[in-house]
Amino acid sequence: MEQELLLWVRGTGLQIAAAVFVIGMVYRMLHILMLGRKKSLAAPRGSEWSGGLRTMWKRSFVTTKLSARGNFTVVAGFIFHIGFFITLFFLTQHIDLFRAVLGLHWPAMPRGVIDMAAVLSIAAMVALLVHRFIDPVKRLLSDYQDYLSWILSFLPLLTGFMLLREIGFEYITLLTMHIASVELLLVIAPFTKLAHMFSTFIARWYNGAVNGFKGIEI
Amino acid sequence: MTTSLQNGITTLLGQIDAPTASFFTSCVHCGLCADACLFYTETKDPKYTPIHKLEPMRRLWQQEYTFWGKLMKNVGLSKPVTDEELTEWEPLVYDSCTLCGRCSLVCPVGNDIVYMVRKMREGMVASGHAPEGLKGATQRAIELGSPMGLNINTLKAQIKHAEKDTGLTVPLDVEGADYMLVLSSAEIADYPEIIGAVARIFKQANVSWTLASDGFEGTNSGIQIGSSDFAAELVGRIVHAAERLKVKYVISPECGHAFTALRWEGPNLIGRPYPFKVIHIIELLDELRSSGRLKTEGVDETRMTFHDPCQMVRRGGVIEQPRNLMHMVAPNFVEMPEPGVQNWCCGGGGGVSANHRAEPLRIQVFSRKKAQLDSVNVKTIVTSCSNCRTMLLDGLENNHMDVEVIGLTELIAEHLADKQEGSAA
Repeated sequence: MEQELLLWVRGTGLQIAAAVFVIGMVYRMLHILMLGRKKSLAAPRGSEWSGGLRTMWKRSFVTTKLSARGNFTVVAGFIFHIGFFITLFFLTQHIDLFRAVLGLHWPAMPRGVIDMAAVLSIAAMVALLVHRFIDPVKRLLSDYQDYLSWILSFLPLLTGFMLLREIGFEYITLLTMHIASVELLLVIAPFTKLAHMFSTFIARWYNGAVNGFKGIEI
Repeated sequence: MTTSLQNGITTLLGQIDAPTASFFTSCVHCGLCADACLFYTETKDPKYTPIHKLEPMRRLWQQEYTFWGKLMKNVGLSKPVTDEELTEWEPLVYDSCTLCGRCSLVCPVGNDIVYMVRKMREGMVASGHAPEGLKGATQRAIELGSPMGLNINTLKAQIKHAEKDTGLTVPLDVEGADYMLVLSSAEIADYPEIIGAVARIFKQANVSWTLASDGFEGTNSGIQIGSSDFAAELVGRIVHAAERLKVKYVISPECGHAFTALRWEGPNLIGRPYPFKVIHIIELLDELRSSGRLKTEGVDETRMTFHDPCQMVRRGGVIEQPRNLMHMVAPNFVEMPEPGVQNWCCGGGGGVSANHRAEPLRIQVFSRKKAQLDSVNVKTIVTSCSNCRTMLLDGLENNHMDVEVIGLTELIAEHLADKQEGSAA
């Protein structure tokens, strides 16, 4: 029974989830882009494209002086995202999966690095959740999607870490839980604020394009 | 214009474009924009968090442009935008936002928040939720020609004064001049010395220029209140005058929002490109400096700093030019902390200064500028926006600070080299 469930989850289940993710995200991004915008008739002082591309990259680093609460958010946010990417893209087992699906592969990182990245990422997420509860600004802004996104991102990290260490459950159960949690993330992401994983680059481009048009290097 | 909730909602939905949708989709509610906004940093009230000021517009986007939002709306589970809510949001959208654009600089997902506040104001106007002070200013601008109620006779009187002071002729309605100078109401009413200063500089640099009796007012209350119709009418007057006089350039005055209105929004407001170029007075002075046509002599040893007007610098891209000019005459020029594109607003831009209800809050948040000034300990602040200038004077007065405020163009005019020397070069 457990074997069958695992087979479905890593076979048909994953295919469905991946398809929903890809189609959903493409639809969502096209839906944004197709709204279009009015072309400015003002005389440009610089290039929209160079400004847009610059901001797509540079906005990964905050250059404005922030308060302690702001700095905490930036540092914890960085640790979470980088930890998440390291575990997602540099764990041997994940690379094997990418090779099987996409035919692409790259060198893995040592297990020690992966463990560290996962632990730091989990810790940063917990800290960010606590901060969301106690910081008056974040509390005011937050809605159910913030907590839903948190749970959806947290579960794959947590179950993945438990799986590597075989904590709590049998290996097969943990593997099923891990893959199922990823599928949940893939299926829901396009329809929630998790879509920011792609839309943020569109947003940055538009922001940078306005400045680029005006010849302002930011 | 008839205003109603339905008009407001229709207008807001019409404002939602690809950038707006990408911004709302991307916001992760991290709250970093609060740190960039002086209305939050100086009050610590979370309601002043920039992205929160857009909450009604965000919900409309969600309800009309997203799968879940539409579904929730159809089953009656979403919260509709109401008149009561927009009334509650009015002080957030107007009193506590100067359109300074600092939030758009910090957002890690790249949201241009001020771009959306500008759009939100269109919906506020259409739904009848604009502040009385700004409505009055806009009405005066449309009916009388200036938000301060000045007219051509006021300008003519100031021209006469300037001509008497300088012994020069101030050209009015000269067809075929290269440059047409536009002024702001505050300049005409409170800082008319700018007219003489420009006349002297242009005389030395041999610039062919004119003022226009039907297009002298650059202040654009339409941009500030968020009405494209009114903004287009006001910009249209300048465009019409410039076309009538067949000038090659229109000079934007030392007024931040006038520059934004004229340089960046104007062609879009009137629906066609201009047959002339728009240049900020500070850009022009720096061009004259680099081509050797503007020469100064002597320096002012006073310890000075430069206050960056948001619309000229962060949103306008005239960043190095004022500094080049400062270095010509002010050897003891020091930068405030976070200068240039990162600078903090005077607190009165974007229509806040015309909105009487906002005054106590504006005075409170001046503490940010005060802290910046305290750290450099200067005797003089130079700026290049007449509204910033008034706001700085007011803030300094309220805080009993003994600091002088002057305009950059006048500072340069005070140090003009002798004419013979200038033309001998």
